[in-house]
Amino acid sequence: MDTDDDFMSAVSSEYDRQDSDNDDMSGVEDFDFDDEPDTFIDSQKEIGHRRKPAYDISFRVFQPADIQRQQQDLIHEVNLILTISKEEAAILLRHFRWNKERLIEDYMDEPSAVLGAAGLASNSASSPKMEIIPGFVCDICCEDEPGLESFALKCGHRYCVDCYRHYLSQKIREEGEAARIQCPSEGCNLIIDARSLDLLVTAELTERYHNLLQRTYVQDKETLKWCPAPDCQNAIECGVKRKDLDKVVPTVACLCGHRFCFGCALNDHQPAPCELVKQWLKKCADDSETANWISANTKECPKCGSTIEKNGGCNHMTCRKCKHEFCWMCMGLWTEHGTSWYNCNRFQEKSGTDARDAQAKSRVSLERYLHYYNRYANHEQSARLDKDIYNKTEKKMVQLQKESGMSWIEVQYLNSASQALQTCRQTLMWTYAFAFYLARNNLTAIFEDNQKDLEMAVEALSGMFEKSVTELADPQLKVVIMDKTTYCNKRRVILLEDTAQNLAEGMESLGEVASPSACG
Amino acid sequence: MSSQKRIAKELVECTASPPTGITVSLPNDSDVHKWHVVLDGPEGTAYAGGRFGLVVSLPIEYPFKAPAVTFATRIYHPNVTNDSLGSICLGLLKSENWKPSTRLLSVLEAVRNLLAEPQPDDPLEARIADEYRRDRREFDKNARSYVARYAKGPVKFDAPRGEPAAGEREGNGGDGGGASGGRA
Ligand SMILES: [Zn+2]
Ligand SMILES: [Zn+2]
Ligand SMILES: [Zn+2]
Ligand SMILES: [Zn+2]
Ligand SMILES: [Zn+2]
Ligand SMILES: [Zn+2]
Repeated sequence: MDTDDDFMSAVSSEYDRQDSDNDDMSGVEDFDFDDEPDTFIDSQKEIGHRRKPAYDISFRVFQPADIQRQQQDLIHEVNLILTISKEEAAILLRHFRWNKERLIEDYMDEPSAVLGAAGLASNSASSPKMEIIPGFVCDICCEDEPGLESFALKCGHRYCVDCYRHYLSQKIREEGEAARIQCPSEGCNLIIDARSLDLLVTAELTERYHNLLQRTYVQDKETLKWCPAPDCQNAIECGVKRKDLDKVVPTVACLCGHRFCFGCALNDHQPAPCELVKQWLKKCADDSETANWISANTKECPKCGSTIEKNGGCNHMTCRKCKHEFCWMCMGLWTEHGTSWYNCNRFQEKSGTDARDAQAKSRVSLERYLHYYNRYANHEQSARLDKDIYNKTEKKMVQLQKESGMSWIEVQYLNSASQALQTCRQTLMWTYAFAFYLARNNLTAIFEDNQKDLEMAVEALSGMFEKSVTELADPQLKVVIMDKTTYCNKRRVILLEDTAQNLAEGMESLGEVASPSACG
Repeated sequence: MSSQKRIAKELVECTASPPTGITVSLPNDSDVHKWHVVLDGPEGTAYAGGRFGLVVSLPIEYPFKAPAVTFATRIYHPNVTNDSLGSICLGLLKSENWKPSTRLLSVLEAVRNLLAEPQPDDPLEARIADEYRRDRREFDKNARSYVARYAKGPVKFDAPRGEPAAGEREGNGGDGGGASGGRA
C-alpha cells in the first residue's frame, strides 16, 4: 500500500480528482522482472532508500474475465445505490468513463441533468418494442407500405425496423461503435441501450456489440491499455500519466510475455523516452535510403577484402580467409575491444576546424547519425540472429541427447541466456537512439561507459552461442554461460537505473528532441 | 437497397422548392448519387457575389453513411482546403455525428452557414484560420480576391483528381472559361 501512495503522490493535482476516484488502483502490486536480481540493488551507489529501481514501474495484468467482472461489479453497485436499471447504470458508467464516484455524486445532485447528458430520457415509459402503426412513414427510407414494422426508443423517434437494423449494423460493424450509439434522429442524443439492441439485431451482431462494449471499459480509462501482442486479450493497468512520459519510460510485461511501453504501446524501448523514440523512428524512416546499406548481412573483411557473412548475433568477426579479427560494427581491430581503450560505442566528434563549410558540416552530421544508426540497427539485427542461433542450438542439444543416449541435459540456462541477450540487445538498441539526441555533458561519459560495459557483456555472452553443441554440453561451460547471463542482466539494470534517475530528475538534456507536438 | 426512394424524394425537395442561394442539378441523369450544387456566396460576407460549385457524392450506403461534399471552386476559407481538392470540414458529416435522418438540404444549408460563419477553431487551413481571427480585414481582402479570381462567371465542376472526368464534363461542356484559371 505504501508503495502506491508514494507513487500517487508524485502525480500532480490536475489529476487528483480522477485518481482518488480510481479506487481499484489500490491493489497495484509491485512487479519485479524475474531476470533482474533484487539483491544487486544494494550494491548500487547512491540509490538511497528506494525499494524499487527508478526504471521499474508498478502495473497489473488483467485477463478478460477480470475485465468483465470489474465492469459487472461497478454496474451492480451503481444499480443498487441509484436504484436504476442495470442497462441505465451501464450507460451512465460509460458516459462517466467508469468514474463511479463522480457519477454517484453528480447523480445525487441533479439526476435529470445527468440522465439527459448521458442520453437517457428521464421519463421511464414502457420498454421499447417493435410495433406496426397505421399510416406510418419511415423518415429514413421513406417507405410507407402498410404493415411496416417500426421501432422507437423512449424519445419516440420512430423508424422502420429495417432502417434501425441497417443503422446499428453500420455503427457496430463498420464504425466499431457501441457505447455511444444514439437514436438515428438528427439532434437526438438518446443512447441505444443493450436491451433494445438485443431486440433488434442478429445474434452475431449482438456478440460484436458486447465485445465492443467490453473494450470501451479499457479504452475509456487512462490507467488501462490493451496488450498490443496479436491475439492477446489482456489489459494492463498502470498509473503513469501521459505528461510524465518525458521523465519515465513505463515498460510493462504482459502475462503473454510481451514487453511493451505503456506510454506508446511500442515494444520496450528503455531507456529512451517515448517522444525520442517517435522522432528517432521517423528519422530512420526518412533516412532509410542513406542508411540501408548498413543493415546488409555481408561486409568485406577490412584486411583482405573477401566477403564475410554474418550468421550469428556476435559482432566479433573472424575472417575465414586471413583470420583477421575485427568488430562488425566499427570494422576496427577486435583486440582493441576487450581493453580499456575500447570506444566502439562512442562517436568521435571531429574537431570544429575541418567542419567549417556547410557541406562538411552536413557530412559530419550524417556521419554522426550513421554512427548511431549503424549500432542501433546492428543490435536489432543481432538480436534476431541471436534468437535464430539459439533455436538451432536448442534443437541440436535435444538431438544430441537422443542420439548419444546421454542423460538429460538441462537446457533451461540456454533459454535464460537467450532471453537475456534479447532484452539486453533491445536496451542497447535504444541506448544508441538515446545517445544520438543526448546533449554532451558530464553525464554523457557515465552513460557511454554503462553502454560500453553492457555491450561488452552482451557480446561475450553472444559469443558463447558460437560454440559447438558438444562444447555447450560441458557442465563447466554451463556455469560460465550462467555467470555471463547474470552479468549481462546486471549491467542492464545499472544502465537503466542510472538513466532513469537522471531522466526523472531532468538531468539528461535531450537537445534535439522537441516537446510533444499537439495533434489535431 | 431502398435508398433510391429516399434520394429521389430529397432530389425533388431540393429542386422543387430550392432554398435561397442553392441550386441543385444532376450532372448525369442516370446517376442520382452524384449532385452538382451551385452555392451563392451569402450577402454581407466576403463571399458575396461569388458562385461556388459543390460536388455532393452519396455513398451506396447513404443515408446510413454520410455524403461527401467538396468544393469544385477554389475558396479562401479556414474550413476548406486551399487546393484543387476543396475538402471541407463539417462536423455534421463526420461518421460519429452523422444521422441517417439528416437531409441533404440541412447539409447544404450547413455549408452555406459555414461561408457566413467560418469556424476558425476547427480549421483545415490553420494559417487562414489564424488570419481570420487576428486580422479580419486582411482575411476579407484575400477571400474577396479569391472570389474575383475563381468564383465569377459560370461554375465549372472539374472532376477532382483521380476521378474519371469524361462523363462528368458533358453536362457542363458549355460552361468553360471562368474558373479554369484556378487549376494552374
Ligand atoms: Zn425505414
Ligand atoms: Zn430520438
Ligand atoms: Zn499480452
Ligand atoms: Zn513509449
Ligand atoms: Zn580477411
Ligand atoms: Zn567496434
